[in-house]
Amino acid sequence: MAEKTYLQAISDGLREEMRRDKRVFVIGEDVGVYGGAFKVTLGFQEEFGAWRVIDAPLSETAIVGGCTGAAIMGMRPVAEMQFADFISCAWDQLVTVAAKQRWRAGTPVPITIRLPSGGGFSGGPFHSQNPESSFAHIPGLKVICPATPEDAKGLLASAIQDPNPCLYFEHKHLYRRIKAEVPDERYETPFGKARVHQAGDDLSVITWGAMVYTAEEAAQQLDGDGVSVEILDLRTLVPWDKQAVLESVRKTSKVLVLHEDTHTGGFGGEIAATIAEEAFEDLDAPVKRITAPDTPVPFSPPLEKAFIPQVEDVVAGLRDLSEY
Amino acid sequence: MAIREAEPVGSLREVKEAGLDREDLLGIYRNMVITRGIEERGHILYKQGKIPGSFYTGRGNEASAVGVATAMGPEDVGTPLHRDMGVHVTRGVEPWRIFAQYMGRSDGPTRGRDGNVHMADSNLGMIAMVSHLPAMLPVAVGCALAFRIRGENRVAVGWYGEGASARGDAHEAMNFAGVRQLPVVFICDNNQWAYSTPTHLEYACDHLADRAQAYGFDGVVVDGTDVLAVYREAKRAIEKARGGGGPTLIESLTLRMEGHAVHDDAFYVPKEMFEEWAKSDPIERYRTWLQAHAELAGEEEDEISAGVKKLLNDALSRAEESPLPEPAKLADGVFASPEDLDTPHHK
Repeated sequence: MAEKTYLQAISDGLREEMRRDKRVFVIGEDVGVYGGAFKVTLGFQEEFGAWRVIDAPLSETAIVGGCTGAAIMGMRPVAEMQFADFISCAWDQLVTVAAKQRWRAGTPVPITIRLPSGGGFSGGPFHSQNPESSFAHIPGLKVICPATPEDAKGLLASAIQDPNPCLYFEHKHLYRRIKAEVPDERYETPFGKARVHQAGDDLSVITWGAMVYTAEEAAQQLDGDGVSVEILDLRTLVPWDKQAVLESVRKTSKVLVLHEDTHTGGFGGEIAATIAEEAFEDLDAPVKRITAPDTPVPFSPPLEKAFIPQVEDVVAGLRDLSEY
Repeated sequence: MAIREAEPVGSLREVKEAGLDREDLLGIYRNMVITRGIEERGHILYKQGKIPGSFYTGRGNEASAVGVATAMGPEDVGTPLHRDMGVHVTRGVEPWRIFAQYMGRSDGPTRGRDGNVHMADSNLGMIAMVSHLPAMLPVAVGCALAFRIRGENRVAVGWYGEGASARGDAHEAMNFAGVRQLPVVFICDNNQWAYSTPTHLEYACDHLADRAQAYGFDGVVVDGTDVLAVYREAKRAIEKARGGGGPTLIESLTLRMEGHAVHDDAFYVPKEMFEEWAKSDPIERYRTWLQAHAELAGEEEDEISAGVKKLLNDALSRAEESPLPEPAKLADGVFASPEDLDTPHHK
């Protein structure tokens, strides 16, 4: 075990997959000589060469479409979108071609798309989004949102070995901020198994990605009130661990669903609806959602702070629920 | 580097130099006749109400599709489109499965999950098209990228049309292929009409093949009704790509001899245009050539026609026996399982 940043865990995990599996290659803008905009692939080209660490032209469609073709020919491509926001340029390749190919034509498309996502740095409307819910709505795509360094490595290994198109959302605000122990050996973290970030008895927070830590800080403030909060980190949205959510609901009877993606049509709505359908009788309060509002991600710090759910927003939400 | 307008094919000697013997020549003819026969029967099935949705054909494009597919090696791969039935026929998809596909039956290549020519047999190296054109070009380029990474002598062929040439996917695919000099051949089926839109509203250059120069590779315009000229140009481009010479863009000029789909009477296409292009019907043109240069006699021709007729009649009967897909299995296979990767290509 060694302590690593979230970013280092992604980088090490990817390097390890490339070392053990010759079919794995990396393609993206500035991933080679420059090592990627966030330096995840720093030093990769020296180790693996220019045909396994491919500097692509500014062409997200060609990158994702190219990965699809290469995957159908037996490779295990890992594409990097420089920012998750730019995946919109490759929507067709992902949603029209890759997502439907297995169901429609029997041809699996084992590709992994790495998506540096999330705000908190005044990245503005085009460098800060969390578009995971849009893709969770598309049958045939898997959606992965690691929150810890250990999961970042293990979920990436699982994504690369998975026979489906996998969208791997790596939250930029976790890259260098979050450090934790990561096992040295190779391991795969299974999809669809939520992680109990902290156990609690009175309230449940269902969340993923960077919001896990926002929830943690909020929960600490409620400790003082004698309110015990359980935080469930979903890890993957497709597939999502419905059982773990329902178990937590049955235990605490009060639920807050928290995400950094915008409100309407956000994945939190799916979770809330499922709880209403399957655990209505176990609830002691209406399911509460805390999300970003239905606006683009703003640039100026006070606006961005108003957009991204803050610790105090979650504290207020938890207190409301607690008092209900 | 400048684009070239391909000469028509003349003598049998020239054809032999391009690698075809008499048996190959007759095989090409047969594949063209099968292609048209499948689509003609498709029209009848549609009128009988046996084909759900709409119905698209590639009448006028038989030479182009069969010519290119004949030039491909068995390990080469491609992404043919809805005017390219001849590619599937040449690669060996059995006609009964195509009829089953048309009718949404469970023995069609997509088992009723998609219709028309939205199909492919991956065991024959083909990847099924989507409606969004030219979304398959980046995919074809990705196949070529895999071959390049692994150092294999295989080539990918990507099809698109003159309408799809206006979309960005074509640009991104060709630019990337040019930058990396990947083993891919782009076939532009220029049939002059994108639904009702004529060429002058799709592009402003003289030829779409002109664009190849801007991407750093060769472009050639070929008469898409001359199957042997198409074959020769495709063969040249494929072998060049195989040898590390990079991509080629072949613009195959034809006329779409029917409407966009069965519901469209193509009133917007000038009558004279149809009359003019009808004079160079690909099958008639090739038959005449075979008679003049390869001693195709009436008896042999009749034998081929009779064989195709029987093949298609049997195919139709077999397809009609194919069961409809089961609604209970609708959700199967949205996600692949690891065993699904056990295919010739994924290994």
